[in-house]
Amino acid sequence: MMQPFKVLKAKAAPLDMINVDTDVIVPKQFLKTVKRTGLGVNAFFDIRYNEDGSENEDFSLNKREYKGAEILITGQNFGCGSSREHAPWAILDMGFHCIISPSFADIFNNNCFKNGILPIALPQEQVDTLMEEAKNNPDDLLEIDLERQMITRGNKFKFEFEIDPFRKHCLLNGLDDIGLTLQKESAITNFEKKRSSDKPWL
Amino acid sequence: MAPRTLYQKIWDDHVVEQSGDGTCLIYIDRHLVHEVTSPQAFEGLRMTGRKVRNLGATLAVMDHNVPTTDRSQPIEQEDSRIQVETLRNNCKEFDVTLFDLGDKRQGIVHIIGPEQGFTQPGMTIVCGDSHTSTHGAFGALAFGIGTSEVEHVLATQTLIQKPSKTLRIAVDGKLSSGVTAKDMILSIIGEIGTAGGNGYVIEFAGEAIRNLSMEGRMTVCNMAIEAGARAGMIAPDETTFQYIKGRPMAPKGEDWDKAVAYWKTLASDEGATYDKDVVLKAEDIAPTVTWGTTPEDVVPITGCVPSPEDFDDQNKQNSAKRMLEYMGLKAGTKMQDIEVDVVFIGSCTNARIEDLREVAKVAKGKKVADKVHALVVPGSGLVKAQAEEEGIADILIEAGFDWREPGCSMCLGMNPDQLKPGQRCASTSNRNFEGRQGRGGRTHLLSPAMAAAAAITGKLTDVRKL
Repeated sequence: MMQPFKVLKAKAAPLDMINVDTDVIVPKQFLKTVKRTGLGVNAFFDIRYNEDGSENEDFSLNKREYKGAEILITGQNFGCGSSREHAPWAILDMGFHCIISPSFADIFNNNCFKNGILPIALPQEQVDTLMEEAKNNPDDLLEIDLERQMITRGNKFKFEFEIDPFRKHCLLNGLDDIGLTLQKESAITNFEKKRSSDKPWL
Repeated sequence: MAPRTLYQKIWDDHVVEQSGDGTCLIYIDRHLVHEVTSPQAFEGLRMTGRKVRNLGATLAVMDHNVPTTDRSQPIEQEDSRIQVETLRNNCKEFDVTLFDLGDKRQGIVHIIGPEQGFTQPGMTIVCGDSHTSTHGAFGALAFGIGTSEVEHVLATQTLIQKPSKTLRIAVDGKLSSGVTAKDMILSIIGEIGTAGGNGYVIEFAGEAIRNLSMEGRMTVCNMAIEAGARAGMIAPDETTFQYIKGRPMAPKGEDWDKAVAYWKTLASDEGATYDKDVVLKAEDIAPTVTWGTTPEDVVPITGCVPSPEDFDDQNKQNSAKRMLEYMGLKAGTKMQDIEVDVVFIGSCTNARIEDLREVAKVAKGKKVADKVHALVVPGSGLVKAQAEEEGIADILIEAGFDWREPGCSMCLGMNPDQLKPGQRCASTSNRNFEGRQGRGGRTHLLSPAMAAAAAITGKLTDVRKL
């Protein structure tokens, strides 16, 4: 059972880079864990920390004004590269529950939904607006209403977003895919019987 | 019935159930498992008291973490050792077939599937690894999944999916001499970009694709993910059937005939349409190398490092500046003037027997440049044995290459094979991301023949001139 996602009202942090790949999100040395938790402290490791282990002050997510942010605003093709689910685990563990970008890599996008993170793809101009807002007014809260598919910032603006209805349903209710699929046990068994007779070599 | 594409045929054949909004439950024929993306999935099964549903469809191997040096010693790095042992214990507990470290069949997960005949046309194949797209070379629908989905497949042998859009990339004509499958896929990614395939399944077609061996086709499909595609695939033909025939897990006897008859129905129908079409001319493709830190940043080996101003898009300009700095390159430098410290020949992209033959052809009778460390890491124990039998290993060792045990090695630096900060590497792998091969390491992607040439001269080199 995942935590349901309904309305999120939180600070938004800018990560103004394109093509942020999963090697950047979680460098390989942190993939050796056998757990899902505890990855947040090492997220974005190579660009977040200096050689001596201190925080890189130029890295936006290290700035004090973005502590406690739960929404990440970033550039196109976010999450490209490896299928490692450690990437969304790490982002979630940092405290982010929603990522907004012009586009996401396919596997990463899937992995977000499996972990209760909402990835929202918006047109470039709207992401640019949110990016500027996050940079200039870091303390303003952004409200993400999943039921209404709406992003609002006080009276400043309202953006609608698209989401697959099935995924929306699962997120709103915190549903576990495996539990849902196992309710279809008889359909799977029937499929397997037909498969064995049609394709005996499998 | 309306004409269908290869992708649509395989999709239709695997739908267990479809709901009103188009979401489907699809059956998974083959599931490959490795040590990095599976521990949390097995843990999930254990916590819920679930079992692996179809053991015959599941095959595990360790590859990412394994050292490529002496196998008789225990793994030194503790976290790597724990991950490898965790896979071993999980396979034992859940009865999953495992090619363990001492097994000759052990190797990179995307090399061993095809090698064993586990990978076949018309199948749905998944693995918790993005380069699962490799298996699409057989006319299978193969794609990478995350750990939650690994658990989903282990427990139910299905996945919840929506159909993808289709993109046909045709490479017409014939490749010039010295130009390989790797150059072809790098050029394709350069053309459509790393997000060009987002939301699509790519079918590679055209004369130049048809003329590729299975090894070459695997190289092309392997990197479909680097163009952002969900999967890459190539229609099965005689080349495919000949490759599979007689492999340990391939259909036998009467089953073989039935399977081939089915496989022959898979190619896209005449008149089938795609959501998007891209056509390239094979003769326009030169030996290709990357200069930046995404696989779309390619130039012909005869070209120069580009300048940020060469790009129209502001985001790409900023990103190019950052890449040049990371790569330690100046705009306008000739690619052939770039010196390398390390050469890595291996990975699921280019560690099959044909790749090693190409390397041996270039390296025969020559010597690796003094300052270069050149590693050759065969894709599996069986590739290694074959290369030793064919005399390839002797040629390479004689030339000064470091001949290793099979594994993912320096493709991703999860094991002791890593670049040091600032080191520059000519690599046959698939990703040139920042830090991918080791923190601060600089990667240039290229073909095995080009990598061999770079090892000999110590610089990026046009293999056609060597």
